[in-house]
Amino acid sequence: MLYNEPSPLEVKILTRRFGLPNSQSIDTYLATDGYKAFEKAIGMSQDDIINEVKASGLRGRGGAGFPTGMKWSFVPRNSPKPKYIMVNADESEPGTCKDRLLMEYDPHQLIEGILIAGLAVGSQQGYIYIRGEYRYLIEVMDRAIDEAYARGYLGDNILGRGVRFHLATHSGAGAYECGEESALLESFEGKRGNPRIRPPFPAVAGAYQCPTVLNNVETYCAIPPIILQGGAYFAGLGTPKNGGTRLFCLSGHINKPGVYELPMGFNLMRMINEVGGGMKGGKKLKAVIPGGSSCPVLKADECDLAMDFDTLAAAKSMLGSGGVVVMDEDTCMVKALLRIMRFYAHESCGWCIPCREGTTWLRKLLTRFHEGMGQASDIVLIGDLGKNMLGRTFCPLGDAAALPTISIVEKFRDEFEAHLNGEPCPYENRSRLVAA
Amino acid sequence: MTFSPELEARFEKFLTKYPPERKRSAMIPMLIYAQDEVGSMTDELIAEVAKRVGVTPLQVNEVLTYYSMLHRKPMGKYHVQVCTNISCLLVGGEELWRNACKKLGIGHKEVTADGQVSLEEVECMGACSWAPAVQVNYDFYHDVTPEQLDKLIDGLAAGKTPAEIHGVERVNP
Ligand SMILES: Cc1cc2nc3c(=O)[nH]c(=O)nc-3n(C[C@H](O)[C@H](O)[C@H](O)COP(=O)(O)O)c2cc1C
Ligand code: SF4
Ligand code: FES
Repeated sequence: MLYNEPSPLEVKILTRRFGLPNSQSIDTYLATDGYKAFEKAIGMSQDDIINEVKASGLRGRGGAGFPTGMKWSFVPRNSPKPKYIMVNADESEPGTCKDRLLMEYDPHQLIEGILIAGLAVGSQQGYIYIRGEYRYLIEVMDRAIDEAYARGYLGDNILGRGVRFHLATHSGAGAYECGEESALLESFEGKRGNPRIRPPFPAVAGAYQCPTVLNNVETYCAIPPIILQGGAYFAGLGTPKNGGTRLFCLSGHINKPGVYELPMGFNLMRMINEVGGGMKGGKKLKAVIPGGSSCPVLKADECDLAMDFDTLAAAKSMLGSGGVVVMDEDTCMVKALLRIMRFYAHESCGWCIPCREGTTWLRKLLTRFHEGMGQASDIVLIGDLGKNMLGRTFCPLGDAAALPTISIVEKFRDEFEAHLNGEPCPYENRSRLVAA
Repeated sequence: MTFSPELEARFEKFLTKYPPERKRSAMIPMLIYAQDEVGSMTDELIAEVAKRVGVTPLQVNEVLTYYSMLHRKPMGKYHVQVCTNISCLLVGGEELWRNACKKLGIGHKEVTADGQVSLEEVECMGACSWAPAVQVNYDFYHDVTPEQLDKLIDGLAAGKTPAEIHGVERVNP
């Protein structure tokens, strides 16, 4: 059963098997062009595969939007070390719930994408790092991997074509920071999830210090359609330099929240009104977090834009992980920021001081402020703390905490002012303590 | 320390997943699956996993304190996790959390006296589009209403299994 009704506006490339009977099984997969892209890729050179991916305009779906083909081309060709394919299935950016569906409804598409990545860089071993909370998906992926071994799509001599590739799942144990690529690799090696200094990037020194391709689940899932139908076809679905479709996770105050596959560059207001069924209860739109809680928020009047990496960057926000969080006129932005900051303070790995102390102080300040015990000078202090963290932390988690802070203080200063002089939060009936 | 034959088989498989000289990679998966069986990170369990992956118990302890799903104290038989992060917050996650605490008379990471139910306020669990979301052990519940959570908690506290509680069904297959 699907978790939400599809929308007629969707362009279903990665999600086209969702809703088919037994969509998890290899038989359904094979009956719908499954593993054809992999067979085609066996006959292609490494450069051909990478060039096809480059031509597709595919950019990483984990958050940063780095061009995937280019990332693969950084893997050294003649390194004597083994090479690894690592899948980031840690999905924990607040607002994001798409990788879950890609694994649940079409696990073989992910496996096929991984296999093609293996061919492209000459790797024979892959791992899927799945967040510990997704236990049932570890089971789904394990079953699919067993099926692929049984049918000869994984193993020492795949399809008798002399290709060798092995694949296994790996469970996390609860830590947002382990979604950050270098922290993920540390965690994978059985250590605390503290990030590594970069460079070297994983392409050169990743898992066990060996060359490693590390991508998001959705990124790998886009590979089979790209190889089968051509990079140009995929590129043509989106906007320039932003190829393809992407899974947008709509949540918050809308009538039809859900995960929808839409072309890159789909207009955000249309996404809210036509795909998402408009604002719940006919309320007015106040703000949108366009790509997970790390992104600067957009005010209602800034939302008439194309959802692709470059347009969002030009609007001083980010497309991020595809988590579109819609907030109506009754939302307290101070409260929203406070909740986001509680998250970052909890998830900060504590390795570097600007992030560890900055997120903790912001959480304390915002808690006090929201309770009506703030001072006018706190508004400046909150913004300054954010600005002083930005760009000064060891890994991007510090930026992820700073960016929403800076944008909310700047864009919703009036809401901070409305909490001053002992006033209880104007958006709540009564003031109450938020566990800090 | 002895584990169930199922867990032993799982551990054996874990150790074959990684290069032989990289057994340490199996540590965190071993810990979390062992916790499911043992209940918490006991000293004995830590020493056993340490031995199997070739590190010291101190090294295991140093790692496990980092991860929020690994705990030194046992949680309830049913660990009820309520998400209050942004998408859930907007549609009533906080109310669910407060009601659950009030109903059981326990708070964050606390367990009822009989050990049946424990509560945890958790961060985003990847169900934002079907918020507010709750997890009981590893099972997901979507679009949870206050009435449904009441029903679920009452049932669990009374010793029922989740499958015996009707009108509030887990969504994962
Ligand atoms: C704090 C933090 C958390 C992250 N969490 C995730 C995550 O849960 N899933 C993910 O795919 N990428 C996550 N990323 C991005 C990864 O570091 C990495 O850029 C990405 O997995 C690369 O894959 P892509 O190029 O396919 O996007 C996170 C980054 C940071 C800084
Ligand atoms: S910014 Fe620093 S403290 Fe924060 S998660 Fe990254 S390394 Fe850890
Ligand atoms: S915010 Fe609650 S599941 Fe994502």
